[in-house]
Amino acid sequence: MKMKFFSLKNICAVGALFASMSLTSCGGGGTDNKSDSTASASSDDNTLIGAGSTFDYPLFSKLFSEYNKANGLKINYQSIGSGGGIQQLTSKTVDFGASDNPLNGKQDSALTAPVIHIPVTAGAVVISYNLPDVKDTLMLTPDIIADIFLGKITKWDDAKIAAINKGVKLPSSTIVVAHRSDGSGTTGIFTTYLDKVSEEWHTKVGKGNSVNWPTGLGGKGNEGVAGSVKQTPGSIGYIELAYAVQNNMSFAKVQNKAGNFITPSIASVTAAANVTIPADSKISLTNTDAADGYPISGFSWVLIYKEQKYNNRSADRATKLLKLLSWVIHDGQQYSGALNYAPLSSAAVSTGDAILKSVTFDGKPILQ
Amino acid sequence: MDSTTMEKDKLTLSEVSLGVIDSVKTSVNVKQKVKRLYRQIRTENIFKKMLVIMGLIMIILVIGILLTLIVESIPSIKALGAKYLWGKTWDPVQDVYGAYPFLLGTLLTSFLALIISVPFSIAVAIFLGEYYPKGWLPDFLKNTVELIAAVPSVIYGFWGLAVLVPIVRSFETKIGVDPFGVGIFSSSLILAVMIIPYAASLGRSVIQMVPSSLKEAAYSLGATRWEVIKSVIIPYTKSGLFAGILLSLGRALGETMAVTMVIGNTSIIPKNIFAPGNTMASVIANEFTEADKPVYLSALIELGLVLFLVTVVINMIGKRVISKFTNE
Repeated sequence: MKMKFFSLKNICAVGALFASMSLTSCGGGGTDNKSDSTASASSDDNTLIGAGSTFDYPLFSKLFSEYNKANGLKINYQSIGSGGGIQQLTSKTVDFGASDNPLNGKQDSALTAPVIHIPVTAGAVVISYNLPDVKDTLMLTPDIIADIFLGKITKWDDAKIAAINKGVKLPSSTIVVAHRSDGSGTTGIFTTYLDKVSEEWHTKVGKGNSVNWPTGLGGKGNEGVAGSVKQTPGSIGYIELAYAVQNNMSFAKVQNKAGNFITPSIASVTAAANVTIPADSKISLTNTDAADGYPISGFSWVLIYKEQKYNNRSADRATKLLKLLSWVIHDGQQYSGALNYAPLSSAAVSTGDAILKSVTFDGKPILQ
Repeated sequence: MDSTTMEKDKLTLSEVSLGVIDSVKTSVNVKQKVKRLYRQIRTENIFKKMLVIMGLIMIILVIGILLTLIVESIPSIKALGAKYLWGKTWDPVQDVYGAYPFLLGTLLTSFLALIISVPFSIAVAIFLGEYYPKGWLPDFLKNTVELIAAVPSVIYGFWGLAVLVPIVRSFETKIGVDPFGVGIFSSSLILAVMIIPYAASLGRSVIQMVPSSLKEAAYSLGATRWEVIKSVIIPYTKSGLFAGILLSLGRALGETMAVTMVIGNTSIIPKNIFAPGNTMASVIANEFTEADKPVYLSALIELGLVLFLVTVVINMIGKRVISKFTNE
């Protein structure tokens, strides 16, 4: 009997200990993002860790496996989404992040050290539609696209669409708009474009990886939007170029800034990037000035810290990372076409080179 | 628990006293027996301690989750206040967040699914519990119903998108509403299928536990089978049946993947049950990975907190109802 009382007391003590432990640990949970630096990357200098954009993932898998064959360096890339990649880079748990959008002001201010953007590939967003009776490729102007996604044009035989597509027999059916329901860089590129070309979109909706859509159905991922478009006659949605090509979906020609109607393709996306690129490479290619460029395209970036000496990283590790990225923007580009990614334009490659050369380890440049 | 250990203690004590009488000559033997007794008591205590610790860990886990949700949603609570609950706009660009459309979506889909599924689950429970408790067909049916619960929800979502949505779309075309196919109605149908097994299996086991003396008494008074079910089985088992329904509701409230795939994911408040909508769980699943602003992330976590509280409240109401039934 005595023993029992003893044990009960013990149990209470153990319980109290557990409770206090859990309390302290969750109290800290909100704020210690920056301090858990011990989890930094891996101690094995032959494995680099990256995280971010899902858009880059198929390309990166191919690139990193080729690089591994040639150089024996392992790269572990987690495609958790651009936002997640930026967060991981901010907490310094990865060697590089990958994002379809440059850092925004709030993400920038969360950083403890400057981060640089290196363009690694370019992608495009296409406007896909399902009109079984229309055989010709539809042509769309920025105005029409904005009005459809604002819910102002609701019928396919609207006078505005008919005026551009003369000779095409448009049905009188309702337009069903499909958009991404998950936060996504694809949405980021598309809404940045609409934000630039339409004043009304700018004031009513704005740009971002998730926005408050005035109309339409949300589908999860490219496959969700593509599914809605394929299943619903009279629907329209935006999808990544690579996904649309691989799934034989019909997509519209879009009028660019120069007034030309451009078919989205790898070539026209690369062409869109043939503009003057600022030194930090943080440029949105949407509504490009290039006369033969497809207007709804954008870079995808790899993000790394400008000063590579942090968290006891070795010089060796930093050099390996830089060599990998240099390979990606030069030799690696040959693999992009086959996977429906647009190779970097020459302007983008030379900007990328200059940026990589600015990266330092303990104040000294890594690449000569 | 206490009484059983005490009984065991008594037993071993009497064993020892018997042992003492039997082997007066060998005191070594007595020592061994006493040692054994202490060892047994120790094992008992360790076992009991383990049980209590396991129980405590469960409590700490739930409280820990609740605390984490509260702590992480503080930025959003500070920025938006109570308006968060009835705000109708969810605009990540302007940093304005209102959970009302999703709260409505969650409750609408869950209760609609419950209304659709209850007749089926009660019917299955009565069929398996009362009419055919044994045999190959009931066994097959029982296993099939249990299999429904084991299928991963993403498969339901896929099936819903590929099969159910086109059917609903043609139905919607016939009755003259906007033929989206996806929406509150489609997700309620999917949810209804997913939650049938919970109410059905619990219902089956409580119906089987109805004492046969009660049923036989009713039969001997000339009651038909239907009358026995109506006036004996259902009244006797109603708290159990209700508990099963509550379990189903809990499942429906939290279901994410299948609903996300067929609900249409729009933050516009649904005008009717055929319109697209969104639930709290789907919004979190959809937007969490790319939530790039602190308040945005916090607003999503607060959505999780609201979902947690809704589940708790519904469970508490359910418990009250069950205890009321049982007291009668």
